[in-house]
Amino acid sequence: MGKIKDILSPFTAWGNVVKEPVTIKNPIGREAAPRYRGFHKNDIDTCIGCGTCEVICENEAIDLVPVDGIETKDGDSGLRPMIDYGRCCWCALCVDVCTTGSLTLSNEYTWVSEDPDEFRFIPGVDKKSWDDNEKGWKKPEPNYEFYGKKRVDMPELHAEDRDKSFIEFVTGYSKQQAEEEADRCVECGICTATCPAHMGIPEYIKAIRNDDLEEGLRILYETNPLPEICGRICTHKCEEVCSVGHNGDPISIRWLKRYIADQNPSEKYKEILNAGNVENNGKKVAIIGSGPSGLSAAYYLALIGYDCTIYEKLPAAGGMMRYGIPEYRLPYDQIDKDIDYILSLGVDIKYNVNIGTDITLDKLKKDYDAVFAGTGLHLGRSTRIPGSDHKNVFFATDLLREISLGDEIQVSEKIVVIGGGNVAMDITRSLARLQNIKFGKVDVTATSLESEDIMPADREEVVEAREEKAIIDPGWGPTSIEIENDKIKGLHVQKCLSVFDESGRFNPKFDESNTKFFEADMIVESIGQGMDVEYISKEIRDQIEFDQRGRIQVNDYFQTGAKWLFIGGDIIQGPDVIHGIANGHKAAIGIDKFINQDK
Amino acid sequence: MSNLFNWEPDRSKYPTVKDNGELDVDLSSHKFTKLWVGPNHPGITGNMAVEITISGDEIVQAKTHVGYLHRGFEKLIERRLFIQGFPTCIRMCVAEPDYNEYILSKAIEDLSGIEIPEMAEWLRTLALEMARLQSLLRTVPGQGGTFSLGLGVQWGMYLRDLILDRFEELTGARIYHMYILPGGVRGLLPDGFKARMEENLKLIDQFVINIKKLMFDNVIFKKRAIGVGVIKKEWVDQFGIVGPNARAVGISRDIRKDYPYLKYQELDFEPPTAKDGDIFARSTVRYQELIQTVDLIRQIMAKMPEKGDIKSPTPNVLHWKIAKGETYIRSESSRGEYGMYYVTDGSDKPRRINLRGPSYNHAMSLLEHMLINANISDVHAIMVSLQTCPPEIER
Repeated sequence: MGKIKDILSPFTAWGNVVKEPVTIKNPIGREAAPRYRGFHKNDIDTCIGCGTCEVICENEAIDLVPVDGIETKDGDSGLRPMIDYGRCCWCALCVDVCTTGSLTLSNEYTWVSEDPDEFRFIPGVDKKSWDDNEKGWKKPEPNYEFYGKKRVDMPELHAEDRDKSFIEFVTGYSKQQAEEEADRCVECGICTATCPAHMGIPEYIKAIRNDDLEEGLRILYETNPLPEICGRICTHKCEEVCSVGHNGDPISIRWLKRYIADQNPSEKYKEILNAGNVENNGKKVAIIGSGPSGLSAAYYLALIGYDCTIYEKLPAAGGMMRYGIPEYRLPYDQIDKDIDYILSLGVDIKYNVNIGTDITLDKLKKDYDAVFAGTGLHLGRSTRIPGSDHKNVFFATDLLREISLGDEIQVSEKIVVIGGGNVAMDITRSLARLQNIKFGKVDVTATSLESEDIMPADREEVVEAREEKAIIDPGWGPTSIEIENDKIKGLHVQKCLSVFDESGRFNPKFDESNTKFFEADMIVESIGQGMDVEYISKEIRDQIEFDQRGRIQVNDYFQTGAKWLFIGGDIIQGPDVIHGIANGHKAAIGIDKFINQDK
Repeated sequence: MSNLFNWEPDRSKYPTVKDNGELDVDLSSHKFTKLWVGPNHPGITGNMAVEITISGDEIVQAKTHVGYLHRGFEKLIERRLFIQGFPTCIRMCVAEPDYNEYILSKAIEDLSGIEIPEMAEWLRTLALEMARLQSLLRTVPGQGGTFSLGLGVQWGMYLRDLILDRFEELTGARIYHMYILPGGVRGLLPDGFKARMEENLKLIDQFVINIKKLMFDNVIFKKRAIGVGVIKKEWVDQFGIVGPNARAVGISRDIRKDYPYLKYQELDFEPPTAKDGDIFARSTVRYQELIQTVDLIRQIMAKMPEKGDIKSPTPNVLHWKIAKGETYIRSESSRGEYGMYYVTDGSDKPRRINLRGPSYNHAMSLLEHMLINANISDVHAIMVSLQTCPPEIER
């Protein structure tokens, strides 16, 4: 029976004869699944050319190439990925790792071309039929990340623990925190291009990951001799362009720099940096001002054997870093750590010497082979509104300097600060502390022309000022200071509608009907600083070029028309520390060229 | 040689064994002919060759040759970052890429101490069972194909394509899925996936009935398959036979049961076995596994959560370093134990990778023994019945 069944059973397959065939006439005509990994698309306006796709591609199918019409600028390498379909395996790791999310795949199945060169193409630039195809592989959502998107929070003292003293409240990363934060870096180098000093940021972050902090310090000093300072108060333009910041928090580059500097003891610096064996070349350079640009110039000149002397007007070195930035952000011992190392290389510093009065610039010209001046912006600017000449109206720079000098400054119960930059926040927060110490309460209000979203101050400064109970009320233009019986009653303001006009020039527009009155008995102006270059004599000044707005013109090496005189720092660029450091470094190279050329 | 593994083939006819143990094969005697099966013969399941010596139509000597397919994937992976391994390793076995992805990812996770989310475990289990299903849909009727029964192969290939459709919508690709990666998987089930899968499974239910009538209740298939290509029970350990080939001689050996991984402990199944160890027994075991896999996919889809994380956080993949260590990860592929020995040395690349594929034992050493005394027309049937995959022998 079984055998008969085995003979007959297969014939049941004949039943299929009457069924419709299941084969598809044109399988290519069928649309692929929405998630299908087809051909590459790139939104070239979103793409920043960070090259992470190129790094992760296991087949080396991606090359970053220059593209006509896309300029290299801060935050954009100007390059775009070119894909080679002779190598690509369509794994889409490039899509998953893309920092901006610009790279995706269409769900196109086939592409036929007779020209083999066409299969190497720049998605988004070389137009393809699938460019408008919305479907295809995109990075999976949510919680699917190839690197950490969230920044490791910097430990800080609570507002109530810090608002009565000038103690440093940012406590610094631990080893584990620093390594975790360093792990997030994708090493694209967009930051290096943007940093004025072009610091080797991915390299020193890698040194943290490798726990080789001595190597980290060497990398820092290649381009920046003030890492403790920059690690605390740098304006971190690198973080603004960080590619990881496009879809997450940017890497805490500044805090990682601080971590390296903090962890290396100053007494080991010379050994680590292999300094101290430089032969003096017998040439002398005078440096006016011991701010970041002057110190940087002195450091890099000392490294190649120059005999540098710094002339400082004030009793301690550091310039604005010491006398413009409050101690709670930048403690003096950390400033000293950086400066002492530079001085240990043989750099001489003469304090309390005022160039122009104590020694003339002409004398320096005679005594030295070249002069570098980085005298900074120490003069306060006034709003020049009615009442701003009252004795209880101060410049922020003056007050900050006096606080640093240890002088007692006037602190009233109700204070208004005019300005929305970092200096305004510094004086606001300093005064809040002093009020807290003196009166046990805080009543200081900072108001700026700029609305909160375009305030020049760092976001964290605004947040932390509010934590310390200061009031930040941006978007108002001051009109007059009300004075009664020679006493300040307060500040009248009107609503500021816009600060810049369509062409981007400073041209504020106001709503005169919308006014406000801030009660105060003391007012601080912090709307920018000016330079004081009185020490440059008329004769020398005639050799220097100035532009229409009175700014000094220098060449790429910060050399002025008077060839022996180099000027850098806040006067030329910035104002910030990192530009000063970069200027000083470049000027040192320029001075070396100038002196050797002379020879 | 004849005493190797205490097994002596029946050489009553030809050839005689010389004193030095070699076979006395004198081609000029016209009693013997040498033939090469492969490397391009359609009956070979990939690029490898079997050099056979026949006497009449009986094989008296067989030697397997590989070397036609070596691409050096182990070395390629050893020179790449950890994240770059999974798109490369899948090519080590084209038929079931998912097992490669799984063992590689699991090895990296084990050595890095990463646990994956529950949802990812379910999705991995589903992907692995779908891989088994599409493989069996080709192999089960494929056995009939070696006896010129091509109809079942066409049925199976159609259904396999439907499973590849499901793979396409789940993973973004039909063959090289690149779905399982270190830390998890690359996507949740798309909307309506389960319903579409169930439609396909219903078709497979019908296929299971039809293929039984066509193939297993077929007197020709039985005549060709029963008693042919017998694996003896004692060979199992001697040759390291695993998977359905071992289960077809009555040894219930299955990594999913013996060393449970992923979600297999939560699934209700018992690996099918048979007794005779011949081609028919192996086909039957695979046929029952096909039915069981359909059931497992239904169980997985019913038990898995609707939502959840698909990936655990990992170190930054661009500079992921793994401390010195080594591990061996195994999984049960449709061909048996599929394992990977993975060594790390603290750098950002693996120090050594070695794949343990079942085909190495089955197609290299076992096949040489099984072919002796077999009929020349059964070479491909025996080879397919071992379900060998030459790309995985050579890597």
